[in-house]
Amino acid sequence: MSTVAETTKGELTADEQAHLSDRAKGERRLGWRLAGPAFIVMLLVTLYPIGYAVYLSLFNYRLTDPAGKKLVWLQNYITALTDSLFWQAFVTTLVIVIVTLIIELVLGMAIAMVMNKVVWPRRTLRTVVLIPYAIVTVVSAFSWKYAAQIDTGFFNHWLHTLTFGGFSESYNWFGGRWSSLTIICLSEIWKTTPFMSLLLLAGLAQVDSAQEEAAKVDGATWWQRLTKVILPNMKAALMVALLFRTLDAVRIYDNPYVMTGGANKTETLSMLVGTETVSRVEIGMGSALAVILFVIVLIIAFIFVKLFKVDLTTSGRS
Amino acid sequence: MKRLRPPRRGIALAAAMLMATTGLAACGGSNSGSGTVHLTWYINPDVGNADASKGGQATLAKECSDASNGKYQIKVQLLPNSASDQRIQLLRRLAGGDKTMDLMSVDPAFVSEFAAAGYFAPVPQNMVATFKQDRVQSSIDASTYDGKLMSVPFWANTQLLWYKKSIAKSAGLDMSKPVTWDQLIKAAQKTKTQIGVQAALYEGYSVWINALVTGAGGKIVDNPNATYENLKMGLNTAAGKDAARIIHEVSSTGVGGPAMGSSTETESLNLFISKKGAFLVNWPYTYGAYTGKDKSDVAATMYPETVAGKASRPPYGGIQLAVGKDSQHSTLAYQAAACITNEKHQAQYMIASGNPASRKAVFSDSTTTFTPPGGKPTTVLQAFPNGIAAKIRESLDAAAARPLTPYWGDISTALQQKFSPPNAVNQNTPSKAQSFILNVLKGKALL
Repeated sequence: MSTVAETTKGELTADEQAHLSDRAKGERRLGWRLAGPAFIVMLLVTLYPIGYAVYLSLFNYRLTDPAGKKLVWLQNYITALTDSLFWQAFVTTLVIVIVTLIIELVLGMAIAMVMNKVVWPRRTLRTVVLIPYAIVTVVSAFSWKYAAQIDTGFFNHWLHTLTFGGFSESYNWFGGRWSSLTIICLSEIWKTTPFMSLLLLAGLAQVDSAQEEAAKVDGATWWQRLTKVILPNMKAALMVALLFRTLDAVRIYDNPYVMTGGANKTETLSMLVGTETVSRVEIGMGSALAVILFVIVLIIAFIFVKLFKVDLTTSGRS
Repeated sequence: MKRLRPPRRGIALAAAMLMATTGLAACGGSNSGSGTVHLTWYINPDVGNADASKGGQATLAKECSDASNGKYQIKVQLLPNSASDQRIQLLRRLAGGDKTMDLMSVDPAFVSEFAAAGYFAPVPQNMVATFKQDRVQSSIDASTYDGKLMSVPFWANTQLLWYKKSIAKSAGLDMSKPVTWDQLIKAAQKTKTQIGVQAALYEGYSVWINALVTGAGGKIVDNPNATYENLKMGLNTAAGKDAARIIHEVSSTGVGGPAMGSSTETESLNLFISKKGAFLVNWPYTYGAYTGKDKSDVAATMYPETVAGKASRPPYGGIQLAVGKDSQHSTLAYQAAACITNEKHQAQYMIASGNPASRKAVFSDSTTTFTPPGGKPTTVLQAFPNGIAAKIRESLDAAAARPLTPYWGDISTALQQKFSPPNAVNQNTPSKAQSFILNVLKGKALL
């Protein structure tokens, strides 16, 4: 495709170019006129809630005490950012993001490569892989919770049997921070790896098999082909997959909410926002935390788009 | 030759599945125009839940609907199990201006919060006397905010000290006289038995802490009507330290059982039913729910004293009925509330559910009966035999409500956090909890 575009461009005379750019300008203006109103509506729809949240975050305001509403400027932000509870939730969220992302990437890539190579039964395989992703998060969270609990669970029984009794059958997975996070991460990985692998599969499909074959003929090992040919060629899809999953993981709420309710220091940033706004109806503090979470998401998106050069508009092409 | 790949159907399938997993939310409908007004009553789970044959709130709804001669029809909506979840659900609906909030069963701990926010329709002046008639004082107090009756006393709960007569006897305790927590701890140690308490991270733990503090003559909040900026607390006092000492003792001596830190009403009752259980502080439903072998060995007396010689202040619980500010039928709703809480219904509800009435006369009622499905007619005195009914009545007179402040939700959560785990509670806990609570209320700390 790119070669065709280049030849056409090279054959254009200066005159034709000027003519085309005039036309292009006209087309652009028409485009704006057609899409402009929709663009403005979209901006309003997205910006209004964000703006309102920023406005509310400047108040000490609880829903049950409208008379006590008081402008406190940046006090809520200062409180949030200097509170150990916030940083504890931050670390919890960060751990979940990093652990799940790394494992999902490796696992997702492996599944994608298998799906890419398998000829029969290709469609069935792809559907089967997707099943965990199709399950509602709350349902999957409950299944994992029941599977790991002492009374209803089978995890302990299996581990007990496989270790010949070395693993205690009465081990309480939800009794401590790291053991709880292990189960939370496992369920998250189980649930979203299919999404990751499908995005990666789309990327794999763009890798030119001729390049791969050429590398093979030149004697490149499997690892060399993966790192020098396949991965660079599917970088765009890879980065989009990573970006989506990172943003998704940063906002994690359902899994820890269902499994631990935030006990044993497993509260994530989203849960903190939820507690402040929904249970405490402390709208001001909740909004401040929501804005902070939003800024974190923005920073991550910026890092991906600017530093890793993810181009969201051309993710379909290499 | 270059091999062409088939189209990626998998991706399209993924997109379709993604869209299929998106949930849809439905909203409640409005009244039909048949002439009969439909009232919605948000009830907390009880013996019958939505089943009108079991004698719970659903039965009262049905009987009052029938008695209204077609004026109104009450439909019950079940609230979540825990008090905190009930609060969130009611709060969200009230704040959102839900017009179906005609009647709701509200935990007394949250009446002040909702009333202060203006979420309740005012009690009609001409009905105030009806709703205060023959009620135990603690239930009227819990329904009042800022000097005005804001809700209707429905059932009035209180905790008693349940014990096994045989063990109390072998420990040498004279249960005809008031006992102290210290005496109980010693008795349990002597007989190698355990005391059931509620110390998990939930409202029930705040109930215990409040009972201990008020029993020592203190108050967790000094001026419950004040705004968060002027709120004064009485936790960092001798009374607060007495409370902390008892919690520490129960926990460190092991008499609270191995899972004391995660024990709620259910776990503590199970502990009491077990062989090791000797004493239990819990609500009156305990007697009906006791499934142990020798029920005749179980007796109840007044809540234990925090300080020897100072009369205990048992916890006050129960449920108040309230009418939402956006209800379109508030007058009818209050009429329904009067029917729900009339003497006959209060007696029947107490027999069926084990939840005590707020009307004094019910506790000596020997005529009104309720026949459970497949059972025989029972009176209040049969449902709570051996003087337990009279003990509940006596305990209600002495009961102390949790602080009637609009901020109790936050105070309670903060209190539980700072007093957990129970074995870490020490003499500094009250002061730490007090400053933490004040910081949380002023927006200087997260909860």
